[in-house]
Amino acid sequence: MNPFHYTRASDVADAVRQIAADPSARFIAGGTNLIDLMKEDVERPSRLIDISRLPLKSVEETAVGGLRIGALVPNSDLAYHPLVAERYPMLASAILAGASAQLRNMASTGGNLLQRTRCYYFYDVATPCNKRAPGSGCSAIDGLNRMHAILGTSEACIATHPSDMCVALAALDATVHVAGPAAARAIAFTDFHRLPEDAPQRDTNLQPDEIVTAIELPPRGFAANYTYLKIRDRLSYAFALVSVAAALELEGGTIKDARLALGGVAHKPWRDPMAEAALRGQPAGEVAFSRAADLMLGDAKGFAHNAFKIDLARRAVLRALAQAAAGTPQSQSDKQIR
Amino acid sequence: MTNYIGTATSRVDGRAKVTGAAKYAGEYNTAGLAHASVVTSTIAKGRIARIDANAALSIAGVIDVLTHQNRPRMASVDDAYTDDTAPEGSPFRPLYDDRIRFSGQPVALVLAEEPEVARFAASLVRVEYDEEAHVTDIHRQRDATFALEPGADPFGPPKPRGATEPALAAAEVRHRGEYFVPIEHHNPMEPYATTVIFEHDGKLNVYDKTQGVQNVQRYLCRVLEMAPDKVRVMSPFVGGAFGSGLRPQYQVVLATLAALALKRSVRLVLTRQQMYVLGYRPAMIQEVDLGAKSGGILDVIAHEAVTVTSQYEDFHRQETAWSGLLYDCANAKYRHKLARLDLSTPCDMRAPSAATAVYALECAMDELAVALKLDPLDLRLKCHSDRDQNADRPYSSKNLRDCYRQGAQSFGWDKRNPEPRSMRDGAELIGWGTASGVWEALQVPIAVRIVLTANGHAEVSCATSDIGTGTYTIMAQVVADMLGLPLDNVTIKLGDSTLPQSPVEGGSWIAASVSNGIVTTADAIRRELLRLAKQMPNSPLADAAPTEVALVDGRLVSVRDASRAVPLAETMRHSGVDRIGEEKSTNFEDDGSHAHNTHSAVFAEVKVDEQLGVIRVTRVISAVAAGRILNPKTARSQIIGGVVWGIGMALHEETLIDHKFGRIMNANIAEYHVPVNADVRNIEVIFVDEPDATINQLGIKGLGEIGIVGVAAAIANAIYHATGKRVRDLPISLDKLWR
Amino acid sequence: MVETDNAAGPGVRPLEKIPMSLTVNGVERRLNIAPWTSLLDLLRDHLDLTGTKKGCDHGQCGACSVLLDGRRIIACLTLAVMQDGASVTTIEGLATDGALHPLQQAFIDHDAFQCGYCTPGQICSAAGLIAEGRAKSADEIRELMSGNICRCGAYPNIVAAIQHAMGQP
Repeated sequence: MNPFHYTRASDVADAVRQIAADPSARFIAGGTNLIDLMKEDVERPSRLIDISRLPLKSVEETAVGGLRIGALVPNSDLAYHPLVAERYPMLASAILAGASAQLRNMASTGGNLLQRTRCYYFYDVATPCNKRAPGSGCSAIDGLNRMHAILGTSEACIATHPSDMCVALAALDATVHVAGPAAARAIAFTDFHRLPEDAPQRDTNLQPDEIVTAIELPPRGFAANYTYLKIRDRLSYAFALVSVAAALELEGGTIKDARLALGGVAHKPWRDPMAEAALRGQPAGEVAFSRAADLMLGDAKGFAHNAFKIDLARRAVLRALAQAAAGTPQSQSDKQIR
Repeated sequence: MTNYIGTATSRVDGRAKVTGAAKYAGEYNTAGLAHASVVTSTIAKGRIARIDANAALSIAGVIDVLTHQNRPRMASVDDAYTDDTAPEGSPFRPLYDDRIRFSGQPVALVLAEEPEVARFAASLVRVEYDEEAHVTDIHRQRDATFALEPGADPFGPPKPRGATEPALAAAEVRHRGEYFVPIEHHNPMEPYATTVIFEHDGKLNVYDKTQGVQNVQRYLCRVLEMAPDKVRVMSPFVGGAFGSGLRPQYQVVLATLAALALKRSVRLVLTRQQMYVLGYRPAMIQEVDLGAKSGGILDVIAHEAVTVTSQYEDFHRQETAWSGLLYDCANAKYRHKLARLDLSTPCDMRAPSAATAVYALECAMDELAVALKLDPLDLRLKCHSDRDQNADRPYSSKNLRDCYRQGAQSFGWDKRNPEPRSMRDGAELIGWGTASGVWEALQVPIAVRIVLTANGHAEVSCATSDIGTGTYTIMAQVVADMLGLPLDNVTIKLGDSTLPQSPVEGGSWIAASVSNGIVTTADAIRRELLRLAKQMPNSPLADAAPTEVALVDGRLVSVRDASRAVPLAETMRHSGVDRIGEEKSTNFEDDGSHAHNTHSAVFAEVKVDEQLGVIRVTRVISAVAAGRILNPKTARSQIIGGVVWGIGMALHEETLIDHKFGRIMNANIAEYHVPVNADVRNIEVIFVDEPDATINQLGIKGLGEIGIVGVAAAIANAIYHATGKRVRDLPISLDKLWR
Repeated sequence: MVETDNAAGPGVRPLEKIPMSLTVNGVERRLNIAPWTSLLDLLRDHLDLTGTKKGCDHGQCGACSVLLDGRRIIACLTLAVMQDGASVTTIEGLATDGALHPLQQAFIDHDAFQCGYCTPGQICSAAGLIAEGRAKSADEIRELMSGNICRCGAYPNIVAAIQHAMGQP
């Protein structure tokens, strides 16, 4: 870890001022990802601006009946928040599928969005990686890529975004509120993370001098028919090979509305409007689910060690939609898949 | 009368461990401690062209940067580096020269006043290399291997028996399969660490993470050319090792080298990533060829293995020999080849050779049972062997049949539908699989000192280690029984090179060795007490022979007439001694007439989600025959631990190497998966009776390894039974079920 | 291979130490700490509280679990200076007046460890788990204790010990 200056932000405006003044500074809140990366010399900030004491820790109902979640609400507090558990159980489930109890107690909501990929090469400064050292090349494309992306990849990068929480937030049509030197702005969740294209060093569309202040959830939480299904190489405390956030609004046996997002398959939580559209108006069943999975994975491209993910994702989508339709969401502690 | 042997007893070091009082190698804080951080190579093979440490040296708080160019003197002959457990070859010498032999090799050591400074400065050391072509892929080297000659050395393949080729050609039913186990890493929870305390007189007290303090002490003295009385090595607590601490690891050399260079105390704690070059279970390609008569008589076994070694040492164990040992079979042939790779040398890892070889054999036996249309348990019973056919001798004891019987009964094996995919629970397919396990019951020369004081307290010392196996506790139990004392009156000292001689702790040999060693020394104490007792006026034991007295409840008692007894304290007081000390060696002379082994029968239940391939190991029963069990409580834990390792081996563990870089890419415990709590459900351990009157006085065999052997095979066989899919390369990740 | 450049650059002096206070096992400690010192290294190297273990230093094993203001966290991935004013309970602070915490006793009774290196983290994590009150069943205990790796494989005994301490059969 390199030496750095440590300062605390007194308020959001001060945080923005401080980061604007020092382009190589980083905000720190939970620290669970940034400190890890600093110990690996992947991140070498000149300054850490501690935002953990800013008053962004509340969960409040919005005027329209949604929820506004402060960027510093710890992941576990969010998962167990009564309003989240009641109205947005898919979000709660996704959070509880990730990391460990200790890490969830530390990690912040905003930090979860900004966590970086788990690509082996990104973490190992002895190897080329376009995300870490732009222009050095992607070692994963022809290397070890079991954990890597099958959708939205580029020749520069096939990394995945490792978050579980973000998959649910994408499915729920959340909005990210950010503050910066100019006016505060809101970013649709699906526009927050980027695809790698030719600039994989940029994970998100957040500007360097902006700070995430809150996540807003619209009123619809799909609390009746949802699931978060995570498939991984061991039964807990592992990153997803594939995960699925699935939510349905049913009328009788017909799908009135559907949300579907995949984790572990792309540089961002993967949503596909076509797949969701194909579900709407259809009877909730194998035929419609299969069509949605086909649409979602039609453009998927596998590499030497991860081609299985295409089939796995397809199967997981079918299963998740079946769980959602049946109202039998996956439990994160009972490892039998429902 | 105390009866601790055989009684479930809580760990005597338990309190120290649950309160945080137990100190491990990297936890000795002392004034003036310098902190070290290692710089490692980024290439797999070549030479160091240039090292620029100027940037590192310019950091405030950096004391020095040691490299092969400026380090203190080290020995220049291989013998100096050849420790007690070294394989044939030329052992690795850290910071010795400019040669790079594997990626992650230490190339510089930064010494600083604070650990954070050392680590930061290490990141500033610039190393340039002249790189050479490397190879790290066993599959690429498969044909460039060299064969070990059968019967040539104790770790080579045994000589063949019978006529394998004709037997294979004549077999009514034959199964031939290739099985693969990848490189696996021990990953003990405690990182490798050494704290060297530099004493005022120049002597070094070295706290090291090791399974053998005396092995390390002798090694350090040779490598750094120090007089034996200058170096003391200690490891009172070891945070797991599983074989990785059998050989002295490089951090102990570097820390000691640095202490000598700086003439001050030094600590070096390796990072988790750096530990991945300290040794590993070698990857193994195996071909098992079985021929049988249609009724289930095994006629022939041919077992061929290719295992990984480094370019500089020939590491191997008797991998293939287990096949010809486990079952009755007239014809057997073995072949073992080594593939040299540009990696560090492999090392022993829990049940080395047996964990991997028996996995292949036991999967092959399952496949043979399918081909024979026999219940896999029936096949094993039909093939049961009462003789070690490799060495052609009977076992001193072997109660594997009871393992099969009791394990099967407890598991409910008779309810198994033999048809694959025939049992299910909702969306999950249920599979039941079984496998046998075997390990050696070894014992090695050892010395034990006991000091008995007149207040009825005994201190027992031996240089062995307790790596979590429970050695402290079983030593206390045995001495308490032998001297007739309560457990609380016993103090155990171990993990110190100045204590009586002990070999490294490994191979499951310490429990048998040290407990019988205690018997020998306790016997000498008892004889001395009897001698003193006879001198007492009107001694009730005046005419008792040494074999006729026992120590019971603090008294020396005639075994023929319990009324004839003298209190121990009185005896010593009368003789004017306040302590009796004895140190005795026990050598375990073996006439070679019997084979000594432990055995197990493992039964596993898996549930596999039919659509997604997610595998859950829901139940494992391990029935073990391992002689007399000293402590059922810690013994059960040992076996449970072995089963958990077997689950990891079957489903999770795999070291991933990028062959382009020749570099391990998942050198951490987020991406190198070991089982977590959620992966482990019901594990039942059964110890079957296995009296053994000849192996040693107490009938002890040892348990460290047997728990893992066979587990991966039982799980793989259960997965086949559940899914109808036979996966022959580990780990069985869900994607392999669809290939 | 890529040359790594260092943003901070050579010649940089390790930075100024920052005054802070931390209540550790009920005792307030005033300290001057460099920003890059983790809470774990503060406990182990500066306060000689080595009961909290370093198993991976990257948040992957749980050996450094402690209670921070009553909540279980891992001490390797937080900076000490960030915890100015906080209260930490480590394994050394669980026993009271020499009497073991019920979890400590249960771990001994159920032989819930072998080498002992992950044990302080397991026990602190279990204390946090019980305080959270989210785990009712064995499945839930297993899942919510999965952030604490035990390479000796004592998991079944760990679950039994926690159930015992929770008053479950």
